[in-house]
Amino acid sequence: MTAPGAGRGAGSGVWFSARQGLLPACGAALAVALSLPVLTVAATVLSPAHGEWVEFVRLVLPRYVQNTVWLLGGVGVGTLVVGVTAAWVVTAYRFPGRRLAQVVLLLPLAVPAYLVAYAYADLLQYSGPVQSALRAWLGLARGYPFPEIRSLGGAVFVLTFVLYPYVYLLTRAALLEQSPLTWEVSRTLGYGAWGTFLRVALPVARPGIAAGLGLVGMEVLADFGTVKYFELDTFATGVYLVWFSYGSVAGAARLAAWLVGFVLAVVAVERLSRGRRRYHRPPGPLREARPMHLSGVQAAVALVACLLPPAVGFGIPGTYLAWMAWVGGDPLWSRAFLELAGNTFALAAATAAVAVLLAAVLAYGVRLAPSPVMHLAARVVSLGYAVPGVVVAVGILVPFGWLANLLDPYLRRLGLSGAALTGSTFTLVYAYLVRFLAAALSTVEAGLSRIGPTLEGAARTLGHGPSSVLVRVHAPLMRGSVFTAALLVFVDALKELPATLVLRPLNFDTLAVRVYQLASDERLMQASTAGLCIVAVGLLPVLLLDRAVHRSRVEAPVEISGAHRAEVRLTPPVRFA
Amino acid sequence: MRSRLLSTLAVLVVFVVLPRSGAFGQARELNLYNGRHYDTDEAIYREFTRRTGVRVNLIQGDADQLIERIRAEGATSPADVLITVDAGRLYRAQQLGLCQRVDSPVLHTRIPAHLRDPQGHWFGFTKRYRVIAYARARVPRSMLSTYEDLSSSRWKGRLLVRSSSHVYNQSLVGALLAWHGESFVARWARGVVANLGRPPQGGDLDQLRAVAAGEGDVALVNHYYYLRLLNSPHPVDRAVAQQVGLFFPNQEPEERGVHVNLSGACVTSTSRNRQAAVAFLEFLSSDFAQEVFARGNFEFPAVRGIANPMAAVAPATLREDTLNAAVYAANGGKALQLMVAAGWR
Repeated sequence: MTAPGAGRGAGSGVWFSARQGLLPACGAALAVALSLPVLTVAATVLSPAHGEWVEFVRLVLPRYVQNTVWLLGGVGVGTLVVGVTAAWVVTAYRFPGRRLAQVVLLLPLAVPAYLVAYAYADLLQYSGPVQSALRAWLGLARGYPFPEIRSLGGAVFVLTFVLYPYVYLLTRAALLEQSPLTWEVSRTLGYGAWGTFLRVALPVARPGIAAGLGLVGMEVLADFGTVKYFELDTFATGVYLVWFSYGSVAGAARLAAWLVGFVLAVVAVERLSRGRRRYHRPPGPLREARPMHLSGVQAAVALVACLLPPAVGFGIPGTYLAWMAWVGGDPLWSRAFLELAGNTFALAAATAAVAVLLAAVLAYGVRLAPSPVMHLAARVVSLGYAVPGVVVAVGILVPFGWLANLLDPYLRRLGLSGAALTGSTFTLVYAYLVRFLAAALSTVEAGLSRIGPTLEGAARTLGHGPSSVLVRVHAPLMRGSVFTAALLVFVDALKELPATLVLRPLNFDTLAVRVYQLASDERLMQASTAGLCIVAVGLLPVLLLDRAVHRSRVEAPVEISGAHRAEVRLTPPVRFA
Repeated sequence: MRSRLLSTLAVLVVFVVLPRSGAFGQARELNLYNGRHYDTDEAIYREFTRRTGVRVNLIQGDADQLIERIRAEGATSPADVLITVDAGRLYRAQQLGLCQRVDSPVLHTRIPAHLRDPQGHWFGFTKRYRVIAYARARVPRSMLSTYEDLSSSRWKGRLLVRSSSHVYNQSLVGALLAWHGESFVARWARGVVANLGRPPQGGDLDQLRAVAAGEGDVALVNHYYYLRLLNSPHPVDRAVAQQVGLFFPNQEPEERGVHVNLSGACVTSTSRNRQAAVAFLEFLSSDFAQEVFARGNFEFPAVRGIANPMAAVAPATLREDTLNAAVYAANGGKALQLMVAAGWR
């Protein structure tokens, strides 16, 4: 073994010294910048607790804890079962309609949870069409049993079928990036299809599944629209109530701190249970596994199992919205909607682009220069994902407002004003980054973690520097993950409402704002038009998302074949992690 | 390569497409932070611009959050006028020092005393009555009397309300607090909860639809939701209105009258266009604006002598509670706590 890089590989500290200074510094700066709003809110916890709200919080806290825990648990289990099962079925089996199922399973991503909640509440409440029809047919009187949609169970139902695509998507990406060789080995050694799934594929896909579940958990904690509409008292609704009915930022911050505590607990449990295990893809060309062919009843069952979740999370509410828009849609829709859609799209695209860059810097920093600072930075910037948008918004307003007053005289000389900081499109993109960077980061990190250090070692041994490795080895392998990250952030930003509502400039509206304006005035029918537009704008990136995941397996091996060949000869592998 | 392309794209978007800042605030412009979202109000803004040449810029949102924004923006706030759909938020804005006093003879003569802040910090421009909706087929009108009566056991299992977190309920119960005191309201709220036909849920329209569908027999709603159904282009909505009646409670001579909430506005304390802002508030009390309010959303004009086209829904000699809005607004937090303690979620 006389490769020129081997000697230096052992002393990687020398190799990375410049980078080790730069990357952690970038990471720390990002962490500070993006956690500012959350920390601002957290800091108010230190202010003294007094006022009318104290007694109120004591009254309601047990219920908040209970509801939040049940909601998290219910949606967690629900999305785990639905998302992982669907991912396995469409990856490991071949049946008529499989390709269609792969695409359709992603569709609920395009629909904001609050719209699905509106639709189901309207459909299933006592005065809604379903119960009215039942009463008419069966001649029922008041008091018959029918599950209440505005309840904990209803919220679990809606959020499960809206959020399972996160688990499905990241699990499927993880399964696709696994070497099918291991599955085939498992089968030759006597495991059946489900045995292979449970004992081989699932454990290796764990980082992907965990990342998906983590996103789901944080979405649940941050959700306000659904739980409010369903009259479910969680921390998110409590934060609003204390903040706005009692006008107490300090009280709201205390409840928000509980929220953050929940997130930290969830993340910690997952990290601890993973222990010191690492999950890398074994070397070897990636090729399509030979899927097991299903036919007859089995194929039908598989297809139905894959079409049911998107029917519940997308088909039914989407159809109902479309019907409402047709019957009594927004009278203004032709005039202003092009502008609204343009605003919405530009904001989401800008956010997605910046988010991917920042996520790449952080994820790569954690890998290249692992240090407590870097790890902490990566976790801290993710907190915003679990914090309700309005809390982020006010967390931004306080420090930015202070800064605006400080800088106002200078800004005025430039023809601007302090308002450029507290209410502008720039502020909005910043708010979206604070909220959604975690979606990009966890996707990129999960992708990066599956690339074993041996590949890197091989390329280094062959004389490539770290940046060359990034461009020639990691980038092609990561393309799918990066694209996925961008699209996830894009659809999230597309649907964002609470922060947009508070931080946007004058005379600037988005589609979600239009939905809010009409829905807050109980004009659901008219709101459905703007809601459908959000779905329509979101469909394109969701379809792209599917293509990205689908193609990742086919293309990757071609471009990295050189690296692979090198790696096969490298014994023993140089370890950096 | 790809990441370089991405970063170029990002820089382009951030610096070329995006910079649309909220840097308004010139003399011929007026910035409204608006908690009202009725498309019909546009006519008022257009007419104001036509008459004065002052351009109106809008941000619509939740009034509570707009208040937080004005607060954070401090001296640099572009806001000139804050508009809300209830007295509670105006009261809060005033408590936070965000509203300035306006001594306008026009406003003081046209707006009745109970619909504005005694010191002139804010003014109500429309009246919104919180009334009892009832199922015509199952409730004889003679059975209905007062808000207080809704806690009586005759309504067991028949009463529908929305959540206590909504400010309309907080204001109503805040008024009850002012008239009867804490121990009465605590008892009353427990009685209401015991009478509920289902857990509190939905909005005011949902209560009306539930009464029509038979889920309950009486409900608390704001009057204009009923009028909206009555005038809806959709037959389904009109059918709901046909089955539901509207009752204005507390109308007996010894009673105080129906609870009235208001939609109003204040001039922000940091406004750079005070003159235009005051002119705008005065314009909101003009016959033109008052008629738009009444036609657009069926609210009752605050100014006396302006007709609501739907006035027939109310008794000819309507008695309204003249308790100042500032009083019940101040009681909102206490009211919420009493409701929640009684199990009114």
